[in-house]
Amino acid sequence: MPVINVEDLTDKDKALMEVNQLKTEVKLERWLTSKCCEEIKEYIQARVEEDTLVKGISEEKNPFKEKGGCVIC
Amino acid sequence: MGEMEQLRKEAESLKDQINAARKAVQDTTLQEAAAGVAVVGRVQMKTRKTLRGHLAKIYAMHWATDSKLCVSASQDGKLIVWDSVTTNKVNAIPLKSSWVMTCAYAPSGNLVACGGLDNMCSIYNLKGKDGNVKVMRELAAHTGYLSCCRFISDTEIITSSGDCTCILWDIETGTQKTVYAGHQGDCMSLAVSPDFNFFISGACDFTSKLWDIREGTCRQTFPGHESDVNAIGFFPNGNAVITGSDDTTCKLFDLRADQELITYQDSSVMCGVTSLAPSLSGRLILAGYDDFNVNIWDALKAERVGVLAGHDNRVSCIGVSADGMACCTGSWDSFLKIWN
Repeated sequence: MPVINVEDLTDKDKALMEVNQLKTEVKLERWLTSKCCEEIKEYIQARVEEDTLVKGISEEKNPFKEKGGCVIC
Repeated sequence: MGEMEQLRKEAESLKDQINAARKAVQDTTLQEAAAGVAVVGRVQMKTRKTLRGHLAKIYAMHWATDSKLCVSASQDGKLIVWDSVTTNKVNAIPLKSSWVMTCAYAPSGNLVACGGLDNMCSIYNLKGKDGNVKVMRELAAHTGYLSCCRFISDTEIITSSGDCTCILWDIETGTQKTVYAGHQGDCMSLAVSPDFNFFISGACDFTSKLWDIREGTCRQTFPGHESDVNAIGFFPNGNAVITGSDDTTCKLFDLRADQELITYQDSSVMCGVTSLAPSLSGRLILAGYDDFNVNIWDALKAERVGVLAGHDNRVSCIGVSADGMACCTGSWDSFLKIWN
């Protein structure tokens, strides 16, 4: 894989690179946003019950719980 | 017409075509699609641990894949590997250059890396034979600061730089395998896809780019932000990208639709995003800001559902552990906090 030395590129080289990049990107096949949104929703809903930061966690099960400390009687 | 003018016009015309193609597939927004989903309840997390030990601003942190250890980098010139459960320091690694801006933990747990204004990425072996942590490699070739680095494996790492490029390195030989050029501004952060085939970069040209690691090519470019993109991460399914910017917003871009699906913003949020991380399921997006807080966003509804307030200075870095059990924040106040 040839390593480009970016320092050697002229402004024209960079402009040409940009145009070539855009020519590649314009050909992309794009999905309907509705299909993408459905996938994201389904992905989240399938996993949200196991998501500790959403559901919370009981003191006993929490690996980061405060250690059993002193009890003041 | 001069050549430059011709190229400029051609670029504009292509950008217009891309915008039209994006609009043509835009049959709904994420908010519309999620209209039937209830907003997630108020999220209230507590600081469970405070990791004390750095003597200056913390610039970066990264969880190990075991969800217990993590590494942090501070401009006190140290990398510290912490056991987040016991709060013990497993390693305190003195750095040659204290101007560190990023750090990373290898998926294997064997190596950590860091870099910054020295323009280099230094690799440290945590599992050396004599128990001492030593510099294993210094990866030098960038002509600007190292803003971010992420390991692909123990033999490959990707770096992003203020010289506007990203590089894939062979750690064993210390050489560049691939240079990813195309951004027109400093590259500020990067994230590797869950399948390790792609990575995304956010830059000061206000765009994010998706790169094919092996082909060395840029697949897609996401414009939309109105200022520097400081933070970037993959949505857990690997098919969407979350970005955070100096324009005070976070955005979610879908790779298959090739466009933004939603923006996370609020009129009360008036400062830049420094860092972000999604929760395990992707339902929450935790974002650190210049105003010392972390805002927690409902990813589907774009509503702020919580705040992590506890630092006395800018939150510079944030990470959610691989098992999703906790979030770690690092701050210019020199502390890291573990929340859940």
